[in-house]
Amino acid sequence: MLSRILSGDFPRSRVLTAVLIVVVLGLALAPFVFPGARALNVAAKICVFIVLVASFDLLLGYTGIVSFAHTMFFGIGAYGVAVAITRMGPSWAAVAAGVGVALVLSFALSLVIGLFSLRVKAMFYAMITLAVAVAFQTLASQLSDLTGGEDGLSFKVPELLTPSFSLSETPFLGVSLNGKLISYYLLFAATVLLFLVMLRIVNSPFGRVLQAIRENEFRAEALGYRTVAYRTASNVLSASFATLAGALLALWLRYNGPDTSLSFEIMIDILLIVVIGGMGTLYGAVVGSAIFIIAQNYLQDLMKLASNATSGVPVLRDLLHPDRWLLWLGLLFIISVYRFPIGIVGKLRVNAWIKARAKAMAAATAKGVS
Amino acid sequence: MSSSAATPAVPDALPEVKADRIPLLLIPALALLALPAIGSFSTWVTLTFAGLAMGMIIFIIASGLTLVFGLMDVLNFGHGVFITLGAFLAVSVLGAMAPWSTSDRMILNVAVVLVAMLVAMVVTGAVGLGYERLIIRPVYGNGLKQILITMGGMIVGEELIKVIWGPQAIPLPLPTAFRGSVLFGEAAVERYRLIAVVIGLIVFAAMIWVLSNTKVGLLIRAGVHDREMVESLGYHIRRLFVGVFVAGSALAGLGGVMWGLYQQGVMPQMGSAVNVLLFIVIIIGGMGSVGGCFIGALLVGLVANYTGFLVPKVALFSNILLMVVILLWRPAGLYSVGKR
Repeated sequence: MLSRILSGDFPRSRVLTAVLIVVVLGLALAPFVFPGARALNVAAKICVFIVLVASFDLLLGYTGIVSFAHTMFFGIGAYGVAVAITRMGPSWAAVAAGVGVALVLSFALSLVIGLFSLRVKAMFYAMITLAVAVAFQTLASQLSDLTGGEDGLSFKVPELLTPSFSLSETPFLGVSLNGKLISYYLLFAATVLLFLVMLRIVNSPFGRVLQAIRENEFRAEALGYRTVAYRTASNVLSASFATLAGALLALWLRYNGPDTSLSFEIMIDILLIVVIGGMGTLYGAVVGSAIFIIAQNYLQDLMKLASNATSGVPVLRDLLHPDRWLLWLGLLFIISVYRFPIGIVGKLRVNAWIKARAKAMAAATAKGVS
Repeated sequence: MSSSAATPAVPDALPEVKADRIPLLLIPALALLALPAIGSFSTWVTLTFAGLAMGMIIFIIASGLTLVFGLMDVLNFGHGVFITLGAFLAVSVLGAMAPWSTSDRMILNVAVVLVAMLVAMVVTGAVGLGYERLIIRPVYGNGLKQILITMGGMIVGEELIKVIWGPQAIPLPLPTAFRGSVLFGEAAVERYRLIAVVIGLIVFAAMIWVLSNTKVGLLIRAGVHDREMVESLGYHIRRLFVGVFVAGSALAGLGGVMWGLYQQGVMPQMGSAVNVLLFIVIIIGGMGSVGGCFIGALLVGLVANYTGFLVPKVALFSNILLMVVILLWRPAGLYSVGKR
């Protein structure tokens, strides 16, 4: 049963299993365990990023393609919902229409970009997607009639999801059962579902071909797989999941603008998470997102303490300034790329594997002696 | 490497390579096409000079990037950091020598800018040396990791600049002698833009001279064309590469000083903002080609200024449109180099 749900892709490390259980339980019980609006926002953001980063890992970790246009698809999803609701009013039909149009647009765009530029080397693809992403961001802030320009769009969500909607008057375990709570659980359920679907995809024969292309494109081609078709399919799938993540973000925030979904900072965040968490394992997206978003929100508080403590030391004080948190994560990123490119999850899995092998060998020698 | 006289069987002169001059015509063609569209001659002169100045600065920055790529297939996504660093160093130098920069004597003004450029080039060159050692060398030959790690270099570099100079934008006023405009008939051309064009031409000429008249230049060109062949002849292409990387970083620093003065202000994000433009330029020019990079940079500068005047809404996408048009015409860029 569990094997079917996880598509046979178990964490394969006791520590990793424990971490994953903590993260999933933490997210599932977030409204009850961590009170306060800030904590709930952090939990919601982790959920959105799990989907977003996992979808990027389909591309980077599983197929070996570097794209800088991932936030573009994320933005299309978010703008799809935002524009549709602004035009059609806060109804479920509007949400469905927005998501539908966004998916079609992402599908078409990713297909075109993929077919045109996936034939070239990784570097060209990275450059071209970077240029396209910048152009799209400019476009979104220019079409202010449609997208609200730099200010973005604030909108109402369907009534079920608004904080004023109430399931019952009496709070349950000290938490009022309002639309915000429903909204969070909708987001959580969608995250779990999308994640499991992606896990299914990467563990399917199709996913194996993608990994073969990543390892040795020439050999995959020689085995008879049309690599361009597979790479394009991976690009389209990844774009579609990113679009859905964007739609979820917009529904949660009830707002969307260029900085929330399209900015290059988000692209950098995605890169950091996927590398630190572990490329080529979707669990890396879960662990990485949780660590990164928590660090983003709470590391700064810690750094403020450190910075105040060292206020007498000139350079150290500036290095530990709360706004410089990205510096430390950037350093961690660089170290990750060349010391352990398999990331936290890969490292944990390798450690578990080495341990298991040592145990098996010890058992074998013990048997041989007796 | 002259052909020796002892082997008369070898012809003295290599057969002439037919020069491809069509891309050269693009720049005057574009300028002439823009003239009737703009209408007024004086506006056209102003815009053309603005475009050329912008193009020259972009060329100075991008030339190192394209050579580094051509030589070793290394694409430095962190190239922008060197621009930012150069520009911030100019702020510090001009700030420290404020009496010179605000003086009415032209010679002091020129001196202070020269000092700023020198400091910027030396420091960015030195940083480039360390950057190559720490960031590029460990992942050499692995395209995917290279993109990721140079991106990481960009993030960390930008943050370090914020640590040193603070996160806010800083104004960088031009020294007195560089302000104002020169009148050509009715057309006013900003003095600094003229200077930028002149400096750009000097850098371009010097680079072409080094590449075509010195042994190092010969090796670089040969290395861009076919790395293995140069190595098999016994030359250390790695050492050459480090040299080119340092020179490219120093040029980015010089370009940063000029870009900062052109914008009359600096901010920590300026490097990453220019990055996209640089990629477009080197793709248009053909990856690895200095001549192509020069033409590409001028085209980008001119198109940006013309469309900025004619159709401001389109101007934001003009670079991408230009790239698409050029690539439809020549898929490998204006001048394709080597086997790529």
